[in-house]
Amino acid sequence: MRAMVYRGPYKIRVEEKDVPAIEHPNDAIVRVTLAAICGSDLHLYHGMVPDTRVGTTFGHEFIGVVEEVGPSVQNLKRGDRVMVPFNVFCGSCFFCARGLHSNCHNVNANATAVGGIYGYSHTAGGYDGGQSEFVRVPFADVGPSLIPEWMDDEDAVLLTDALATGYFGAQLGDIVEGDVVVVFGAGPVGLFAAKSAWLMGAGRVIVIDHLEYRLEKARTFAHAETYNFAEYDDIVVHMKKITDHLGADVAIEAVGAEADGNFLQHVTSAKLKLQGGSPVALNWAIDSVRKGGTVSVMGAYGPMFSAVKFGDAVNKGLTLRMNQCPVKPQWPRLFEHVKNGYLKPSDVVTHRIPLEHIAEGYHIFSAKLDGCIKPLIVPNAA
Amino acid sequence: MPYTAEKPKIAESREELRARIPGWGVDLDPKDRPSVPRERFDPAANGGNGELPERQPERWPRERSIEHAMLTPVFGTSCPPKGLSGKMRRYAYQRFSEARAAHWLLLIAADRVDATESHLQSFRTLRPDNPITQTGVLSEFRRHGISSRFGKKRADLAHLPLDPIIVLAPWVLAYLAVRRLFRALFRRGRS
Ligand SMILES: NC(=O)c1ccc[n+]([C@@H]2O[C@H](COP(=O)([O-])OP(=O)(O)OC[C@H]3O[C@@H](n4cnc5c(N)ncnc54)[C@H](O)[C@@H]3O)[C@@H](O)[C@H]2O)c1
Ligand SMILES: [Zn+2]
Ligand SMILES: [Zn+2]
Repeated sequence: MRAMVYRGPYKIRVEEKDVPAIEHPNDAIVRVTLAAICGSDLHLYHGMVPDTRVGTTFGHEFIGVVEEVGPSVQNLKRGDRVMVPFNVFCGSCFFCARGLHSNCHNVNANATAVGGIYGYSHTAGGYDGGQSEFVRVPFADVGPSLIPEWMDDEDAVLLTDALATGYFGAQLGDIVEGDVVVVFGAGPVGLFAAKSAWLMGAGRVIVIDHLEYRLEKARTFAHAETYNFAEYDDIVVHMKKITDHLGADVAIEAVGAEADGNFLQHVTSAKLKLQGGSPVALNWAIDSVRKGGTVSVMGAYGPMFSAVKFGDAVNKGLTLRMNQCPVKPQWPRLFEHVKNGYLKPSDVVTHRIPLEHIAEGYHIFSAKLDGCIKPLIVPNAA
Repeated sequence: MPYTAEKPKIAESREELRARIPGWGVDLDPKDRPSVPRERFDPAANGGNGELPERQPERWPRERSIEHAMLTPVFGTSCPPKGLSGKMRRYAYQRFSEARAAHWLLLIAADRVDATESHLQSFRTLRPDNPITQTGVLSEFRRHGISSRFGKKRADLAHLPLDPIIVLAPWVLAYLAVRRLFRALFRRGRS
């Protein structure tokens, strides 16, 4: 089969690999029909996530058709069209039993501080991902869901991570009616978080980024008020000015480890890998939210330390909330919102790239060229 | 103003927001939010049975965090450790917990060694690494590299020049090493 393969920082290629085998009685093998590149993949691509091995296939956002099932699988059969949450999870451990699928304890031998994620380095369990023609899906009775008849493939693939994550991020903000919500980052996750904040009754939604074309999307798609941080000497002061000097009630951080806006922070983390991630946006979130407010962190960081302004968070009495998104619990409600037309996830898709050209896909998305917001990957066999 | 008690008024009323934004307020009630509360004990609702899952066969000694009591029943089988980078990785797992910076620093160092080992190996195959195609850099021409970046107030321009250095440095170093080796051999051959 053809699969994307990591060759070292900034370098990937498509290779011929063996079709994955059933390793466990509850495994399924899924033939991928559509996949996507996520902002999280960029952290791998730039070599920031420890234990990212040459030869690994990335990709945790994918849908497909069941090709083969292990002997104990009961809920799926060959030929089923499935969407697969980005979490690899067992459904039975302490954490899964409480709905924390993203924190499953039975699927990641490499780390206890991280759950299992498809195609996300050995630090997230050493599973190959879905930017490929076939993928191994563990706990086939637990993770995947049948794609509803009425749902578009592009909407389904966005439900496996980006939309669910944005929606989850807004929930962690504990938004009450009339809240002022500021979202850092106008990538897919930030756009969906902004949109979700309205569903939860926000009175004002502000989106911050430095890419004009994404801010434009935040205005049209997410009905948000936007500011380009590169135009302000100090975005935190500006945030205070536009909120009567109170600060926002809730801040959602949808940027993560490669945040720009501070040369030293960016270079020490994204380029020199001396920090787990560049906390520029996280620090801005801490400083622009009001005292007693909530910061919801959806941005991903490496397991090493980062220079976070913790003292401000303590002294302001903030509530800091965060997690990788447990995707599947979000689906029933999100399916309703998609069906009712409140959310149209595929509106953020800008590029559809054949698997054979995935190296260019990564470059375009990473360098933010050509108006790229969300690139999808189309495998040949699809 | 925070200097007095009242919360500043929102510019738009409920009705205005509802008219402007499709679905405004449909999840106003926290009961409609799937992750509120974030933890809810309900094994049946999460697809499992609450028991320890059956074990996946361990086909080679699988490295694991020493913060785990045992090898997890299910694990990834991509890219088993090999070469010098594999030795470093195994050591990082055996010796240091996730709480130790040494654990992660060793793993990051192993990643760089792995990349170097793999590049060198690729020159012994029919498909050597190709920094042009593998970085996708040709899309700079096809996908408006210049107009996407300049005159746009982008904050990332400040560190843009570092990218080619990071990508090309290993190649330049390899070239210098090979040149040095050849020179040394050549000199020895002459004397
Ligand atoms: N928690 C989860 O479950 C989960 C799931 C998916 C993605 N993520 C993470 O969410 C983050 C965003 O993902 P994405 O797919 O939208 O990525 P993306 O790269 O498309 O978007 C990130 C955006 O942040 C902007 N940005 C950079 N520095 C900023 C700053 N200081 N302030 C404001 N904006 C800034 C960038 O210009 C970009 O538009 C990533 O870190 C990703 O790893 C987490
Ligand atoms: Zn993701
Ligand atoms: Zn579990």
